[in-house]
Amino acid sequence: MTSTTGVHPATGAGRRGAGVLDGPWARFAVRRGGQLVVSMWVLVTASFLMIHLIPGDPVRSALGPTAPASLVAARRESLGLDDPLWLQYLHFLGGLFSGDLGTSLTSRLPVSQVISQRLPATVQLALLAFVVALALAVPLGVLMGVLTRGGRRRGGELAFSSTSVVLGAIPEFLLGVGLVYLFGVQWGLLPVAGRGGPESYVLPVLSLSLGPAAALARIMRVEMVSVLQADYLRTARAKRLPRRRIYLRDALPNALTSTITLGGLLLTALVAGTVLVENVFAWPGLGSTIASSILLKDYPVVQGIVLVYGAGVLLVNLTVDVVLALLDPRSAIRES
Amino acid sequence: MTTSTTLDASAVAPRRSAARARWLAVLRTPVGAGAGLLLALVLLLALVAPLLWSGEADRIDTSDVLQGASAEHWVGTDALGRDVFARVLVATRLSIGLALAATSIAVVLGLLLGCAPLLLGRRGGRLVTAGVNIAVAFPGLLLALFFAVVFGVGMTGAVLAIGFAGAPAFARLSQTLAAGIADRDFVSAARIAGVGRFRVLVRHVLPNIGEPLVVNATIGAGGALLAFAGLSFLGLGVQAPSYDWGRLLQDGLSGIYIHPVAALAPGVAIVVAGLAFNLFGEAVAKGIGLTTALGGGFAPGRALRREETRRRAAAADQTPPATDPGPEPGRPVLDVQDLSVTFPGAAGPVRPVRGVSFRIGRGEAVGVVGESGSGKSLTALAIARLVEQPGEVTAGRLRFQGADLLSGGDRTHRRLLGTSFAMVFQDPMTSFNPTRRIGRQLAEVAQEHQGMSRRAALARAVDRLRSVRVPAAERRAHQYPHEFSGGMRQRAMIGMGLMGEPSLIVADEPTTALDVTVQRQVLDLLAAVRAEDDVALLLISHDVAVVGQVCERVLVMYAGRVVEDLPADRLRTGARHPYTRALVAAVPDMDVDLDQPLPVIPGRPVDPAHQPPGCAYAPRCPLASARCTDEDPALADDGTGWRVACWHAGEVAADRDVPGAAPVALALGERA
Repeated sequence: MTSTTGVHPATGAGRRGAGVLDGPWARFAVRRGGQLVVSMWVLVTASFLMIHLIPGDPVRSALGPTAPASLVAARRESLGLDDPLWLQYLHFLGGLFSGDLGTSLTSRLPVSQVISQRLPATVQLALLAFVVALALAVPLGVLMGVLTRGGRRRGGELAFSSTSVVLGAIPEFLLGVGLVYLFGVQWGLLPVAGRGGPESYVLPVLSLSLGPAAALARIMRVEMVSVLQADYLRTARAKRLPRRRIYLRDALPNALTSTITLGGLLLTALVAGTVLVENVFAWPGLGSTIASSILLKDYPVVQGIVLVYGAGVLLVNLTVDVVLALLDPRSAIRES
Repeated sequence: MTTSTTLDASAVAPRRSAARARWLAVLRTPVGAGAGLLLALVLLLALVAPLLWSGEADRIDTSDVLQGASAEHWVGTDALGRDVFARVLVATRLSIGLALAATSIAVVLGLLLGCAPLLLGRRGGRLVTAGVNIAVAFPGLLLALFFAVVFGVGMTGAVLAIGFAGAPAFARLSQTLAAGIADRDFVSAARIAGVGRFRVLVRHVLPNIGEPLVVNATIGAGGALLAFAGLSFLGLGVQAPSYDWGRLLQDGLSGIYIHPVAALAPGVAIVVAGLAFNLFGEAVAKGIGLTTALGGGFAPGRALRREETRRRAAAADQTPPATDPGPEPGRPVLDVQDLSVTFPGAAGPVRPVRGVSFRIGRGEAVGVVGESGSGKSLTALAIARLVEQPGEVTAGRLRFQGADLLSGGDRTHRRLLGTSFAMVFQDPMTSFNPTRRIGRQLAEVAQEHQGMSRRAALARAVDRLRSVRVPAAERRAHQYPHEFSGGMRQRAMIGMGLMGEPSLIVADEPTTALDVTVQRQVLDLLAAVRAEDDVALLLISHDVAVVGQVCERVLVMYAGRVVEDLPADRLRTGARHPYTRALVAAVPDMDVDLDQPLPVIPGRPVDPAHQPPGCAYAPRCPLASARCTDEDPALADDGTGWRVACWHAGEVAADRDVPGAAPVALALGERA
């Protein structure tokens, strides 16, 4: 689907010295930045439209059939739902830029306040899970790749692959329930609900990271095995460098580029996975808030949290692309 | 969470029966059969469980609340005394049914969006594509939450939400598949014939993307099942009094300390059913993609195979006739005697290099020629100790600058080989690491083996690049391989070999992948490097003309053996092995009569797995006699100082047909 473009080396960064901000890199920044802006706009518009796509009167359905008509009208008034759509859209955009995301229908708190209270817990959880997933997957995948290269140790490969397939197929919230059972109920080793000391992080982070770690390690192994057969690895061996140096300096970055491309999807799924895991562990973050807000039909809060999650996903995607470009400069000049 | 597997469009044959045969073949593989059986069980349970166990699942018994496992209740009872096991079984129908409904919505919507570019034409199509691309970037769960808000909490809302959330992935898939089909000739032909867009879609495109779509829908159903369990678990899906697995899980989790099994049982059910869909889809996808590999897997009979293995092993063990390493040129840089490389094959060991012996003197240039598959490159790799497992190198003697390369492991000769033994590989486009700057790739040799600092090593790299005539070496050293042209890369590769003080350069087809005009420059460069520092050269090439120009001596290889060793200037006129003569004759020159077909060597090269007992060239040889098919001639010095392995060395062929050899055109213009 992608084709390498005709950005000719000599006309690119090379001629004017390998600066980071000219030539292919500038084009990469412009293109990727443009993509981000468009995606962001789609996200903002979608979350604005969400409340208008709901069949019937969202305020009526939020307040219930028994609520007095005057209250419904007042709420509609305060939400600006009676204005023409374009005006509401402008207000929404203006509010976004000034950090005003509206007011919760249930708690009457500003949505921005709800989010800023809950966001750190979720970000901590997701970042830790990221780090743990990568810290488990990359060394394990590299090790298994080296051990099973060129068809060696077929038994070990089979055991590793089937374990990681099964582990990767278990959704995070089920893994969470399993971990709660083992570490909380059976052995009573770790707290299973709420956010407190460091030990309270163990189970949520594990249930969020084990699945992606298993899938990533599997990809990493396959990539490592195929990179180890590449011509340039033979060149590296012909230079008689120590094996470890060959694996880490020559093979790893190349295996990582493909792994990160596929792994980016897993990592964005991990961001969304916090919603479920927070509900398993009663984690006071955005995920548990969005679930309860949907049930309470507190639409402004839902809108705000959807925006935050969406932005988080876009941020992960951007990070993945930038890391890719740094690891493999060819990916920067590739049009997508 | 949806995995999409794109299939090679060519694998999607329109033939129905072939498709059925492939699906059946998948069911015969262990994974396919296991997953298929599991999936059938799950589906069967979905059909019959509510009929059989509904009563038990709904019977409230307040005297028997929250009990653990017992003979009566296998996994205990819930807060209303209902049997949890029965409830899990009964919930199969709703869980599976909802997942399938959501998947159908996703597939239909995805197909509509994915085929829209074909119907809407260029501009509208691009808009849809862009929208799909943005939507695909968001994880399914997030999209499902968004749509759950729009469609409302509850069963119907959740089905729609998961269906809509899955649509972008299927849209992307059908887009890719449809685009592959739309470019094919028969679709273009239909278009030119004036067939309307919609008709083209229905008649030509859809039937051809059906199979991969179904496979991915199977995998997608597994994802939808998990997503549904997630939504129900959050309380956004199935509402009481209905229940699916997600709902049961939520109920169970709240009482996990009192009664853990009630939470675990639905959890296990979700994982098993999800895996059944997932694995079955993956198995079919793999099976369809690799039809031929499947066919090859079925060997005749075990006994037959064992017999064959034994015979092959015996054939491989046959020690090739002793070979004379040839004239002793002072103290040789490289001394190889009886070098063999063995690989394990499907039917016993295969030996593509069989007893190669030769010496290379200081500053000498030796060429190795032969058709592809003659073992030239493998010989080079074996000498360089670069043959990886499972390949195995054996030799009577393998000495480089007097050091025995056979003794010791990987580390022993690292320094010697790293500084004195240079390799130049065939394809400069793939032989440099794409993620590292050229300069660093050269510099690390000096850092590792000569203990230079990072900076000094880089300076040396720049100096070496300059010595191989890379212009603007300083700047070039900071560039990545993709910024180099093929010829420049090959120069840089030679420069890499010159980082140390090489006494031998092994160049394996160094010009094959290059432009004809650049070939000359690279060969000249090799010659210049040689002359300057008295470096020996082992040049491997299929191009007899090139070897004749650059080298002093030529080794001709056939079927893993050296069949002739002669001075390069005698190649054209003095060759005594019929194979060497055939090779030389097959090189066209300016005098070739273009009205005649170009000369070729009849027959095809020997498959290393099926070496004949006698001379390997006999089936293609015009001089072959009974002795040739029985006994393999040794490579022997016949008094002239040159070596040849032939019972009929130097004889001239009477014009006769080669027995049994089909005249397969096999010119020497090979390109690996």
